[in-house]
Amino acid sequence: MRAFSLERASDPQQAAKSAASHENSKFIAGGTNLIDLMKLEIETPTHLVDVTQLGLDKIEETDEGGLRIGTLVSNTDLAADDRVRRDYPVLTRALVAGATGQLRNKATTGGNFLQRTRCPYFYDTNMPCNKRNPGSGCAAIGGYSRQLAVIGGSDHCIATHPSDMAVAMRVLDAELETVDPDGKTRSIAVDDLYRLPGDTPEKETNLKPGEVITAVTLPKPVGGKQIYYKVRDRSSYAFALVSVAAIVQPDGTGRVALGGVAPKPWRDEEAEKALPQGAGAVMDTLLADANPTDDNEFKVPLAKRTLAAVLQEAGN
Amino acid sequence: MSKEKMFEINRRDLMIVGAATAASTGLPATAYAEATPEAVVKPDDLASLDDTLKSTVSFTVNGEKHELSVDNRTTLLDALRERMQLTGTKKGCDHGQCGACTITVNGRRINSCLTLAALHDGDEIVTIEGLGQPDNLHPMQAAFIEHDGYQCGYCTPGQICSAKETLEEIKAGIPSNVTKDLSGPIEATDDEIRERMSGNICRCGAYSNILAAINDVKGQNA
Ligand SMILES: Cc1cc2nc3c(=O)[nH]c(=O)nc-3n(C[C@H](O)[C@H](O)[C@H](O)COP(=O)(O)OP(=O)(O)OC[C@H]3O[C@@H](n4cnc5c(N)ncnc54)[C@H](O)[C@@H]3O)c2cc1C
Ligand code: SF4
Repeated sequence: MRAFSLERASDPQQAAKSAASHENSKFIAGGTNLIDLMKLEIETPTHLVDVTQLGLDKIEETDEGGLRIGTLVSNTDLAADDRVRRDYPVLTRALVAGATGQLRNKATTGGNFLQRTRCPYFYDTNMPCNKRNPGSGCAAIGGYSRQLAVIGGSDHCIATHPSDMAVAMRVLDAELETVDPDGKTRSIAVDDLYRLPGDTPEKETNLKPGEVITAVTLPKPVGGKQIYYKVRDRSSYAFALVSVAAIVQPDGTGRVALGGVAPKPWRDEEAEKALPQGAGAVMDTLLADANPTDDNEFKVPLAKRTLAAVLQEAGN
Repeated sequence: MSKEKMFEINRRDLMIVGAATAASTGLPATAYAEATPEAVVKPDDLASLDDTLKSTVSFTVNGEKHELSVDNRTTLLDALRERMQLTGTKKGCDHGQCGACTITVNGRRINSCLTLAALHDGDEIVTIEGLGQPDNLHPMQAAFIEHDGYQCGYCTPGQICSAKETLEEIKAGIPSNVTKDLSGPIEATDDEIRERMSGNICRCGAYSNILAAINDVKGQNA
């Protein structure tokens, strides 16, 4: 691990300022992704801003009837919150489908959104990887790509985003709240948080330098049957090959987002209009532009079948 | 000699050990010698480290207060093992995947390898040594012995810390991936226990005996 200075921030704007004023800085929350990557020297920050003491660890009700989740709320506490279990069960289901008890105790809401890909070549510093080392090439294209993206990727990178939580947040229309170094706040929809790789796969989000996540808001509950199905190589403790987060209303309409297939949670509000016609109709639109590799073309029919299973469970 | 000193390897010793290891693995000795300056700075050398690169932290471990000056890079796991001689907590994969380093911080189990000691100012830490000692075992420790919940024993401290918390988490109503009903109380079924223990890998495969040990303690608590 490279040496770094460590600063404990006392308020969000100060955290943002500190991060922006150091050239090679990173925020640290739970540390479960960042420290892993720092040990491998895939991340080499020279300055860390500790955001764990900002007091952003509460879940509050908003005036609009939704919830405002502080960025430091742990994955365990978020999953266990009574209001989340009752009104947003797809979020609890997605959270408990991820990682392990130990990791969820430490992992934070903001950190979970910003965890980096699990592409095996991103982790193997002996291999070319445009995301880790821009311009070096992509070992996954033409390599072992079973876990990687079937849609949304580019000729430069086909990594998937590994978060389960983010898929549920996308289907729930969650928004992130941030503060920048000037103290300006803004909200960002989950879909606008992430960028597609294009020819700059190293740029993963639309956050500005120093911009710190303070909270995530959920709009008023929308009811419906809420389901998260995660298909993986083992039944526990593995990243998704395909996952489906769905909210299905009694009349058969609803929302669908996919995990494990793209560089970000994959949802298309047009495609989900076909929900009453069944899984095939939705997927034909949602994955119409899929461009899988030989290794991962199984994900396209698997996504369809997973959604079919979800709809069956929802009783539609 | 202080307890801390006893465990310390000075840089010269480290180079010699490094050279010997390198020779036996067929790697050039210089590869190791060059690698040492990158290694986390040991307490004796902390004085030479720029102030911005180290921190002072105080926390409670097994009820005892500790204040340490640490290289910012020091993980909580390394601080426990190498600075406090609490070697019960094991280093397995060092990447949060195996669970051998499981301890509790402020009443929650975590992987001590994926957190920095410097981030734990004011925290209450409990390791396997704090759960119980040979003459005063925690019921979970006793149950692991009773049921042979191990073979080589390397993952055992992490398994025991995790097992104790697994029962606590079920009691507290924290849901897991196999919890069917999110609105009611949660029963400590075999499925629940297995799912919650999935972050603790046992390469000897003592899983069935680990489950028996946990069920035994569950029965005692009921
Ligand atoms: C063995 C293992 C298995 C796992 N399995 C799964 C799984 O199945 N599913 C899954 O979804 N996840 C899984 N994870 C990943 C885990 O969910 C993430 O590591 C965790 O959510 C990251 O949160 P953190 O708070 O620890 O983030 P950190 O490591 O602290 O930070 C991650 C990133 O977020 C940035 N960041 C953190 N907070 C803020 C903020 N407030 N503002 C701006 N930037 C911020 C950091 O700078 C860093 O770049 C697994 C991890 C491990 C180690
Ligand atoms: S898919 Fe992306 S992360 Fe994986 S090797 Fe290619 S560039 Fe790197």
